[in-house]
Amino acid sequence: MSDVWIQLVLLADSTLRLATPLVFCALAGMFTERAGVVDIGLEGKMLGSAFAAAAVASVTGSAWAGLAAAIVFSCMLAMVHGFACITHRGDQVVSGVALNIMVAGLGPTLADAWFHQAGRINVTGPSARFTPIELPLTETIGQVPILGTLYVELLSGHNILVYLAALALPLSAWVLYRTRFGLRIRAVGENPSAVDTAGISVEALRYRALLVTGALCGFAGAYLSIAQNAGFQRDMSAGKGYLALAALIFGKWRPVPAVLGCLLFAFADAAQARLQGVAVPGIGQIPTQLIQAIPYLLTILLLAGFVGRAIAPRAIGQPYVKER
Amino acid sequence: MRTLLAAAAVATATLSGAAGAADFQPAIIFDLGGKFDKSFNEAAYNGAERFKNESGIGYLEFEVTNESQRDQALRRMVQRGASIIVAVGFGYATPLDAIAQEAPETKFAIIDSVVDRPNVQSIVFKEHEGSFLVGMAAALASKTGKVGFVGGMDIPLIRNFAYGYEQGVRHVKPDATVIANYTGTTPAAWTDTGRASELALGQFDQGVDVVYAAAGLAGTGALQAAADKGKLSIGVDSNQNHLHPGSVLTSMLKRVDNAVYNAFKTAQDGTWQPGVLSLGLAEDGVGYSVDEHNKEILTPDMIAKLEEARAQIIAGTLKVEPYQQ
Repeated sequence: MSDVWIQLVLLADSTLRLATPLVFCALAGMFTERAGVVDIGLEGKMLGSAFAAAAVASVTGSAWAGLAAAIVFSCMLAMVHGFACITHRGDQVVSGVALNIMVAGLGPTLADAWFHQAGRINVTGPSARFTPIELPLTETIGQVPILGTLYVELLSGHNILVYLAALALPLSAWVLYRTRFGLRIRAVGENPSAVDTAGISVEALRYRALLVTGALCGFAGAYLSIAQNAGFQRDMSAGKGYLALAALIFGKWRPVPAVLGCLLFAFADAAQARLQGVAVPGIGQIPTQLIQAIPYLLTILLLAGFVGRAIAPRAIGQPYVKER
Repeated sequence: MRTLLAAAAVATATLSGAAGAADFQPAIIFDLGGKFDKSFNEAAYNGAERFKNESGIGYLEFEVTNESQRDQALRRMVQRGASIIVAVGFGYATPLDAIAQEAPETKFAIIDSVVDRPNVQSIVFKEHEGSFLVGMAAALASKTGKVGFVGGMDIPLIRNFAYGYEQGVRHVKPDATVIANYTGTTPAAWTDTGRASELALGQFDQGVDVVYAAAGLAGTGALQAAADKGKLSIGVDSNQNHLHPGSVLTSMLKRVDNAVYNAFKTAQDGTWQPGVLSLGLAEDGVGYSVDEHNKEILTPDMIAKLEEARAQIIAGTLKVEPYQQ
């Protein structure tokens, strides 16, 4: 019994580690999309900020400087997106895809030019990375049966970005539903003309939403390169931005369901890593290929069976034109 | 867009160093992961660099970033008049088989695969023999009796590493547990450091205290995870002991550097031969690394046991079976 319990707790632990970048990214996407701007460039912003974090952290030796650089760079990319599709009313999907492709090439190219490691950046040194934090009293609380394991293995021993991701959820939900800024964001995504009539600038609001997105994506990117891994490499975001976007749509553009979607993807990923090579009672060892298909099968099943119709913000994807 | 990028990448394949004698031009094409992967490709790069430094002859080089570039890269090197082209990695077998026929005058060498053409030298390694020795080291160093293996792409080549490793572990501790995981089933597995790290963490949670990473660039993620968690790891292909001194127990050396160097060297002096070269412990093609970074953890006692087994394998009294599909 206790062995199974420990395995389950460790599986949940792994889920949290894998969900962190998805959670940041999905919440990031929520702000822009609720403001009526499609953001398919989450992937690019995450990859770009992973690059910036690794570059700055490896030069300065400070993980916090790396995180700051990640946020700044990600916000710059968000502003480019804004300039193209808010100011100049360009197509939002095209602009997002363009950002993704640009960053995919720019990161390794600059890394190659600056660090001469064939497009990679290695981050070494203890303070250049966010390392696991042991929560206080693990020794004492660890003695408590069942709940002790939960505290020591699941809650303690993550790096600070994992805890920040957990904080980002209530904070984002509060901003979106309980503040004036959040109300306006939601309004501008549903009916920008009404917001404009009330004397509030649609463009400025959407730019501010993009800045929030940029900052959150910065956390996701920094997590990839200076917390989970020790460095930047080509295509290291590996489609996580798209996965986060899927979770956002999954969650109907609402914070809690979107984060649950992220946790689901992360859980499937964690489970498949652990099921490999383990003999399941009654079935025997499952082939690697089948196990690695689990996350995708799960996605299809859930999308088909349980989620139902996802209704997007009404003004999403349409550039706001004051008068024709 | 992909093809555009690929074309641009091919166009920027650079000539490194000054070209020496105009009639001899070696070329090397690296595998996914890139020449600074600290592992497989880096070993090949070191061999090419050694040749350049000794002979003063520069070499053409190319690093592929996706599968579709393999064919292009080979053709490009033929067009540029390379005398010998070393293709690093089994992934080149299919395109090379076609191109070797189209360019019968060019000499080719391929690492980790066999291409049966009169102008191709196929260099394969007995990874199971080297892995056997590091498997013994893992079993000797493990306190829990559980050791792990993180492989790259799940293919027979990597299974061969795992198979030899497991035999080595059992040679020392017949009742030890070996947990083997793979980072993927597509070529992206070679670069997925995050997945390798997560797999290693999963194994540590199951009680593993020594993990052997045979996953190219991705393997560095497993080594990092071991260092972060205070566990032991075993590197692969290149000597990876220096990556995390005190945590990397040893590295299973696969002397790709010697293979590349010898291919260039023999092609230059005219003694190059096509056919299959199979390099094991007896040929010094595989081995394990001992240096100042691991002398604290790989004790003289362990080394004595490994040396004994090595001698027995070379003499043929200790049999290590290769992986059979």
